[in-house]
Amino acid sequence: MSHIIQIANLYKSFGKTKVLQGIDLNFEESKISVVLGPNGSGKTTLIKSILGMVIPESGSIKVMGKEIQNQWAYRENISYLPQIANFPANLTVQELVNMITDLRGKAARDESELINDFGLGPFMKIRLTNLSGGTKQKVNILLAFMYDSPIMMLDEPTNGLDPVALIRLKALINRKKAEGKSFLITTHIMQLVEELADEIVFLLEGLVYFKGTVDSLKKTFDEPNIEKAIAKILLKNNIV
Amino acid sequence: MLKILKYSFFDLIRSKWSYVYFFFYLVISSSLLYLSGDVSKVIISLMNIILILVPLIASIFGVMYYYNSREFTELLLAQPIKRTNIFLGQYIGLAVSLSSSLLFGLGIPFLVFGIFRSAEIWNFIILIVTGVFLTFIFSAISFLVALKNENRLKGFGIVIFLWMFMAIIYDGLFLLSLIVFKEYPLETISLTLSMLNPIDLSRILILLKLDISALMGYTGAVFRKFFGTNTGSLLSTLILIMWTVLPVWAIVRVSNRKNF
Repeated sequence: MSHIIQIANLYKSFGKTKVLQGIDLNFEESKISVVLGPNGSGKTTLIKSILGMVIPESGSIKVMGKEIQNQWAYRENISYLPQIANFPANLTVQELVNMITDLRGKAARDESELINDFGLGPFMKIRLTNLSGGTKQKVNILLAFMYDSPIMMLDEPTNGLDPVALIRLKALINRKKAEGKSFLITTHIMQLVEELADEIVFLLEGLVYFKGTVDSLKKTFDEPNIEKAIAKILLKNNIV
Repeated sequence: MLKILKYSFFDLIRSKWSYVYFFFYLVISSSLLYLSGDVSKVIISLMNIILILVPLIASIFGVMYYYNSREFTELLLAQPIKRTNIFLGQYIGLAVSLSSSLLFGLGIPFLVFGIFRSAEIWNFIILIVTGVFLTFIFSAISFLVALKNENRLKGFGIVIFLWMFMAIIYDGLFLLSLIVFKEYPLETISLTLSMLNPIDLSRILILLKLDISALMGYTGAVFRKFFGTNTGSLLSTLILIMWTVLPVWAIVRVSNRKNF
């Protein structure tokens, strides 16, 4: 099986805080990998390093076989759903969609389908400042899923979604996975992990503490569900 | 970069603050023109307003815009574009939208008043040009400060202090130093000191053009004496360009090394 993202010996600290302390990690193609870990364990820093937003001190990151340091073109293979949806206040949804399409230089693929799925039709001509939090998150999802990128990175994708949108999002993720896309997701919703994850990566204090399937996590820690298994890890390491 | 610039500009030019800023200049310049009728005097009054207000507004808008679009910038950083292009695009979009408010706010009343048939046309153009320069300089400085400071309050504080220092405190210190060291030859020092402050420089540029430098303080007088009108204007323009280029260069440098 080929590795779509390869991370070797990755170190990063902010001032005195050591956030990543030698991460070695590979993500496999066409799988849904969920990155878990307590606050401050380095989830976001890891994701931002892959996106080139955080510049690591040492170590290497390869996306689709290519070293990414000081590169930018590789990001056309990645779609990113940021945690906080905040857009230019005075643009309309349609203008924002046009802007990102313009920037990516590639036509959107599933635009109208997604707009239908998430009921964004009536909002397309409305300025972003007038949208509610949930609707903004739907726009966020639209922007991330619109393009045909082989890698999808979703940071807390379920933030502020209603149940209908949540079900559609899960279906969407499964559909895209069937198309062969690779997912890298962070979330705090254990139910989502249980339903979607092919693989769990558990980060603790800047290191990979556990990597494996949902079942192997349950088995390793001898617990009936992920929530309890993770609680066990945290208690064992005096995190809580 | 042009794509980012285009959308930043559209976003900003539709904000209500752009309209407020535009109407402010529209009202001030129309009423001054209506009340006085003497274009030369109106230009001097407007100069005094512009030299203080443009840097203040550009500074505040600069930090506000950077901090407000912080999360969206992260989304942009995840797109296949160079970092430099993102930040230069946003900065130029901001500076161009502020400059258009200034240009149209001042331009329309003067146009209606018939500036093109007046002998003061060049003085008016100089006024606009320095206003635009100050907009570009101070929005670049404030963008840079915001890039360097994650803490919004600190960023705001620094920018306001820089504005106060250059617009108000600097001149006081300048005069004070001239009084304290009045026994010594001060020409070179005062020249250097006034070059270091873009607001002083803009004042010199306008005053040299208006040919009333002697009326407006020691700084202008020294410049006039030393350079005569043409060399002085040229030199101050060059330095204003440098004041624009340096912070922009720093924006590129800082943004390329920053962790988001």
